Amino acid sequence: MPVSKETLDEIALSEAEYQLIVKRLGREPNDVELGMFGALWSEHCGYKHSKALLKQLPSRNKRMLVKPGEENAGVVDIGDGLVVVMKIESHNHPSAIEPYQGAATGVGGIVRDIFTMGARPIALLNSLRFGPLSDPHNRYLFVGVVSGIAGYGNCLGIPDVGGEIFFAKCYTTNPLVNALCLGITRSKSLVRAKAHGKGNLLMLVGADTGRDGLHGASGLASKAFQEERELRSAVQVGNPFLEKLLIEACLELAETDWITGMQDLGAAGLTSSAVESAARGGSGIEIDVLKVPRREKGMTPYEVVLSESQERMLVMVKKEHQDKVKALFARWELDSQIVGEVTDDGLARIKEGEKVVAEVPVSLLTSPPVYRRRVKKPEWLKQLQTFDILSVPDLSPRKAGATLLQLLASPNIASKHCVYRQYDHQVGNDTVVPPGSDAAVLRIKETKKAIALTTDGNARYCYVNPYLGGVIAVAEAARNLVCSGAQPLAITDCLNFGNPEKDDVYYQLKECINGMTRACQKLRVPVISGNVSLYNETTGKDIYPTPVVGMVGLIDDVARHCTSGFKSEGDLVFLLGEIRTINSSIGSSEYLELIHGIIGGNPYVDLELERRLHRCCLEAVKRGLVNSAHDCSEGGLAVALAESCLVNHLGFISDDWKIEARLDATLFGEAQARIIVSLPPRAAWKLQRLAARWQVGAKRLGTVGGTRLTIEGCIDLPLEELREAWWYGLEKCL
Amino acid sequence: MKFGIIVFPGTWSERDCYYALKNVLRQEVDYIWHKEADLSHYDCLILPGGFSYGDYLRPGAIARFSPVMTSLEAFASQGKLVIGICNGFQILCESGLLPGALLRNDHLEYRCQWVYLKAENNQSPFTIQCQNGQVLKIPISHYEGRYYADSATLAELEANKRVIFRYCTPAGEVTDAANPNGSLHNIAGITNKRGNVLGMMPHPERACEAILGSSDGNIIWESIIASIQRNT
Repeated sequence: MPVSKETLDEIALSEAEYQLIVKRLGREPNDVELGMFGALWSEHCGYKHSKALLKQLPSRNKRMLVKPGEENAGVVDIGDGLVVVMKIESHNHPSAIEPYQGAATGVGGIVRDIFTMGARPIALLNSLRFGPLSDPHNRYLFVGVVSGIAGYGNCLGIPDVGGEIFFAKCYTTNPLVNALCLGITRSKSLVRAKAHGKGNLLMLVGADTGRDGLHGASGLASKAFQEERELRSAVQVGNPFLEKLLIEACLELAETDWITGMQDLGAAGLTSSAVESAARGGSGIEIDVLKVPRREKGMTPYEVVLSESQERMLVMVKKEHQDKVKALFARWELDSQIVGEVTDDGLARIKEGEKVVAEVPVSLLTSPPVYRRRVKKPEWLKQLQTFDILSVPDLSPRKAGATLLQLLASPNIASKHCVYRQYDHQVGNDTVVPPGSDAAVLRIKETKKAIALTTDGNARYCYVNPYLGGVIAVAEAARNLVCSGAQPLAITDCLNFGNPEKDDVYYQLKECINGMTRACQKLRVPVISGNVSLYNETTGKDIYPTPVVGMVGLIDDVARHCTSGFKSEGDLVFLLGEIRTINSSIGSSEYLELIHGIIGGNPYVDLELERRLHRCCLEAVKRGLVNSAHDCSEGGLAVALAESCLVNHLGFISDDWKIEARLDATLFGEAQARIIVSLPPRAAWKLQRLAARWQVGAKRLGTVGGTRLTIEGCIDLPLEELREAWWYGLEKCL
Repeated sequence: MKFGIIVFPGTWSERDCYYALKNVLRQEVDYIWHKEADLSHYDCLILPGGFSYGDYLRPGAIARFSPVMTSLEAFASQGKLVIGICNGFQILCESGLLPGALLRNDHLEYRCQWVYLKAENNQSPFTIQCQNGQVLKIPISHYEGRYYADSATLAELEANKRVIFRYCTPAGEVTDAANPNGSLHNIAGITNKRGNVLGMMPHPERACEAILGSSDGNIIWESIIASIQRNT
């Protein structure tokens, strides 16, 4: 074999994969070709470890306009001739190395995926995971990531409306930075990422191409590289101003008939964007690297086709319109250059002037092997799951108040306002519900409609039970949407896992996707796009399995949306859904880890009840029965009640709950399928009748009023004290 | 009556200004690309928010050299109304149409949040529909919004009632705690000597509909409309 094992290691190909390439190609690939295979057969582009599992996720319903993977992002019809385009993507490894630029270019990448389809980006969300802030390195990563998102996103004029942040030890030195973008357009203006029509031109627009990002997330590197190049930064540097110009120019272009397609340059740069476009169009492409504008001298063809320089777009231009397209870009002060053309021979041909430097069938580059493995449930997982909750002493009523304050101040539960006030969450004049509620709500101008958006994924649940964790990630996202009055429409998911070549991690991935699949089927929400980020590990230790579910929902009448805070004195407060106290529901809870330092015990979810609860809640909000609806999640009932109080500074006085079950599970257990609503007393019978019709429990908890949170027999605290803990909890750790 | 919204590369609140004026206030509005020179059709010009030229070098430092700025200066010298919002305020300071500068927020972070503004002078064409001292709820969104000027300039601004808006509490008290960025004298908006050019950091175009959290911004737009009507 003419290629060393080191070289293969660095482009993340196995020897068997190399042999497969030689066999299919009928010869040894040259350096450039091998680099292209390495990129396109990487997990990032080729999904070789996850494809077989991802296939089972439901991906169809009548509102879906494209299949997952068929385009840059999923498309959902929202009526009135409008579609929303949505995708989430990770930028974990770059953010671990250089948090500001890693996070910034993560935002840049996901935004390009949206406007490349002709949709104007109208919302960003971020799902972030970090190690504990007591470690100065984690604080550095946290501050860098948040400022990177702010620095890039604010400059683009796209509101950042939500997301979540969660802290756990496993993310130390391997933070997770997932960015979600949603765009909107008329269905007739959608642009596809297909290269077709022999003789149409490939035009490269935006930034010049440099050596940045060559050793990027896609695992591209070669020992043949000279040393100086190896030392170059693996993380690209973002230029949000250039991206803003690209957005406006490309959206203008999308309204013309001068082009046949558009595709942004992301991981694996020109290689993946040109080859994948050709694969979608069933065509071939020919590119001359000498025509690619460079920012550095002496770049080799290998470097040009694999560079991950940011803010570049590939446009498939109809030959007769090329001058008009160039003029349009020039008006936006953007450089554009014809670098090649579409062919009909099914080959990806890279030339350097007249010399052919690579020539490989497109179909071969885009069909990496797909791996499927049989794995057993790890022993350590069985132990975690069978952890006996009864071995933990119950909470004494005297300590309940202090425990609530401790939970509210925990960075996982405390207010995230010190983060989202750094993001412009209002630009666009659509933000009806800003960050901080269960879901963000954006109105759709010139209609009565609104969309609701959320991201969710409790990785502690997934660590203890990947299947149930997967179920809950989907269920919780849907629950957040129905609380805001939105019918869940579609999911975009980002699966952040460890090294899939380890059996335990593969088991987690498989089980988690199984759980998500089950919940998607039950709740009838398809997955329309997504991203997989594997190999998240540091010094051999894998992160928690962390699926992040981004979900969009539709509100028919924006005037009928709902928020989480109590609204008026005298309103009655009801718990809908799982009204029993499940003693085991402190399993894997925030309470169990924070107070007892224990991670273990299965989380509790009843998916059938969950489905009925969502229908019930949605109907209650749509009919205007309730004044508030809040999902009961991390920290359980007591935390959810406190949060509903703190929004509008309105207190709560409980009825006598006659607590017979464990007090810790009653107050802080995290059984799923629970929503807290408040409503005027005169509407209570209507709610009860509605709940009975959906066979959903409805238990009266108490009354809104005063300026204290009182739960008879255990908690009686002034709201100021709760607010102090919750509002400053995260800020104090920084 | 016609409004013109000037668009630089990197501007982003032009669409929000357009929507507020066109769809909420039912006014005629045009976008004006920064290379245009003829501004004779307009009664009021808006320099909207955003990151013109990426805020590279300093916010507004590059945009002030755009061709449209020469015409805008002539427009202002005729006594016609100009309002610069956020990045627009920064451009007006960079171009010398307004005194002082907007420095990085004192806490060194970007801030997007609701603030309360006290309308200090209701004789200005931008506030004639306000009660004197009326408190307006309008959001800010900026990194460089800390108003700074030397003490002579500040004294001159105060003496001539050129401070139009100050950050305050919901009850209208001008306090340090209500100051979101460290601006001197809690200044959120000022006018030029003649009173026809206003720069303000908060975004009135974001506060034009109750469903978005406030409609107090309309008081500023309605003041502008009433002032133009009075003069024609």
